[in-house]
Amino acid sequence: MTSGLDSSQGQNQPVPARVRIQSGLPSAEQNGTATAATGAAGAEQHGFAPEVVFDSQDISIFYGAKRALAGVSLRIRRGQITALIGPSGCGKTTFLRSLNRMNDSVPGFRIDGQILYHGHDIYGSNVDQVEVRRRIGMVFQKPNPFPKSIFDNVAWAPRNLGLKKGLHDRVEKALRGAALWDEVKDRLKDSALGLSGGQQQRLCIARAIAIEPDVLLLDEPASALDPIATGAIEDLMHSLKGRFTIVIVTHNMQQAARVADRTAFFSLASVEGEPKPIGTLIEFDDTTTIFGAPRDPRTRDYVTGRFG
Amino acid sequence: MSGGIPDPTAPLTPSGNLRRRQLFSKFTEYAATAAAVLAVAVLAIVVYTIVSRGAKAIDWEFITTGYPTGVAPMLVGTAVIVAIATAIALPIGVLIALFLTEYAGSRAAGPLRMTLDLMNGVPSIILGLFVFRLLVEHKQQSGFAGSVALAIIELPLIARGTQEVLRLVPNSMREASDALGVARWRSILSVVLPSATGGIATATVLAVARAAGETAPLIFASSIFDPRKVTLNPFEAMPNVPVFIYKLSEEGNPEGFAFGWGMSLLLVSFILFASLGARALLGRSKRRLSSS
Repeated sequence: MTSGLDSSQGQNQPVPARVRIQSGLPSAEQNGTATAATGAAGAEQHGFAPEVVFDSQDISIFYGAKRALAGVSLRIRRGQITALIGPSGCGKTTFLRSLNRMNDSVPGFRIDGQILYHGHDIYGSNVDQVEVRRRIGMVFQKPNPFPKSIFDNVAWAPRNLGLKKGLHDRVEKALRGAALWDEVKDRLKDSALGLSGGQQQRLCIARAIAIEPDVLLLDEPASALDPIATGAIEDLMHSLKGRFTIVIVTHNMQQAARVADRTAFFSLASVEGEPKPIGTLIEFDDTTTIFGAPRDPRTRDYVTGRFG
Repeated sequence: MSGGIPDPTAPLTPSGNLRRRQLFSKFTEYAATAAAVLAVAVLAIVVYTIVSRGAKAIDWEFITTGYPTGVAPMLVGTAVIVAIATAIALPIGVLIALFLTEYAGSRAAGPLRMTLDLMNGVPSIILGLFVFRLLVEHKQQSGFAGSVALAIIELPLIARGTQEVLRLVPNSMREASDALGVARWRSILSVVLPSATGGIATATVLAVARAAGETAPLIFASSIFDPRKVTLNPFEAMPNVPVFIYKLSEEGNPEGFAFGWGMSLLLVSFILFASLGARALLGRSKRRLSSS
């Protein structure tokens, strides 16, 4: 891990116009590293830090000339749920989508810095984006089942990836994993569009876990759902924890507090060389710290509801 | 100009030039209505003429035997020519539409769309000449040559129609399949295209209806034929409906005129029912896409 880090930093140096966050506080990178090293809470308390899955190093993202995100450095660890919180328009979703290269199709998209996934540069020249997404699945804000049957929705990706053996068991396992099996087992042939919004979202989660990815990225998975369906999704996340590394973007602070091990707070901040504030990472720590004893006054203001 | 109201307490009847403006407004409304009625009337007169003159020619013998008792060879010939044309144009048209919606950037898509629209505007007699030089001159007339010309006519219709309905497939479907780590072409085959089948069918039916009545290219490609017997070999000249209508109209034979009207009625009914069916299909598939 460290050797990958060193070499990448070596490569990073010639990148022009690197920008530092303008704040008197320790940068988020140092912050995150410090936490990991001192073992403040959570898994690290037991003297054991899980393997790093994503190592984001000074990530800046541009859409054309517009900068959407500046200087984000954080590490996401295996088996944990990491929540990205913050006000609208501060780049949480942009960051999440850059983790599995879903932003590639956005015209004018450009990324500076490096995201290492198990030590491999996600944006490396020999990296295939289809392979990236094969390992790093994603569930979107709005449920987007295919206009196919419930069974075919879950079986679609395994079929197309050549995982045809034991397909029925695989679909059942995925639907059970998404806590949807009991509700749909008698109507697997029915259209997925006939399900309720919450069921559709759990179907999308089942569809994503049917190919057993390494990581699940969830982009505000419960924001379009009612409280009961939201509760079901949160229960589901608890049950998926440990099996998958989960990164979740949420507007809902209570949701982050309920489900996440680690929480990253994003917000707009002024950045050197930019006229307007840019979305960036303000603080990244254990969820209990972020909500109980945040170091940055902006985080405190946000989690206590003073803005956002 | 003050623009103010001279006397706010006056009764609320028209003042100033309001009466003149109202008159003009009425006149515009009537003119527009009359133009709309005219369009419907023209179609009604055409249909009435064809039905009244063609209906008495049509009976079982008319559609099952060869000339001079029936027109079966022409019906079969047109069916074969149009079927081959569609078999050529459909896959290419759908691929062009896929390129436009799934792969092309805006810089390539704009000019290509314009090319298709221009192609749609090329007079069919020009296409006939083109195919004549390409496939007929120094060789022989063939139904296949006619099919190629009709395929060129169908191509922009199918491509543009398919493209319109592919654009209705929500982007979230593409994102969903991308996020599952499945290659794009597989997503297109099993998610995007199936959602758009209704629209593709509609575009195809409309293109077929248009091609079935095209006469000019077939005069070059497939006009020297024997109307008495059915031909199934597309590599010789095939009897076909539009050219035979044209030929009968050139002769001074009243019986031939009746046959021409009969075939016209068959052709118009085919186009009418095909269009109505296509519209119903499109409506259904649009509803299905928007409900998802």
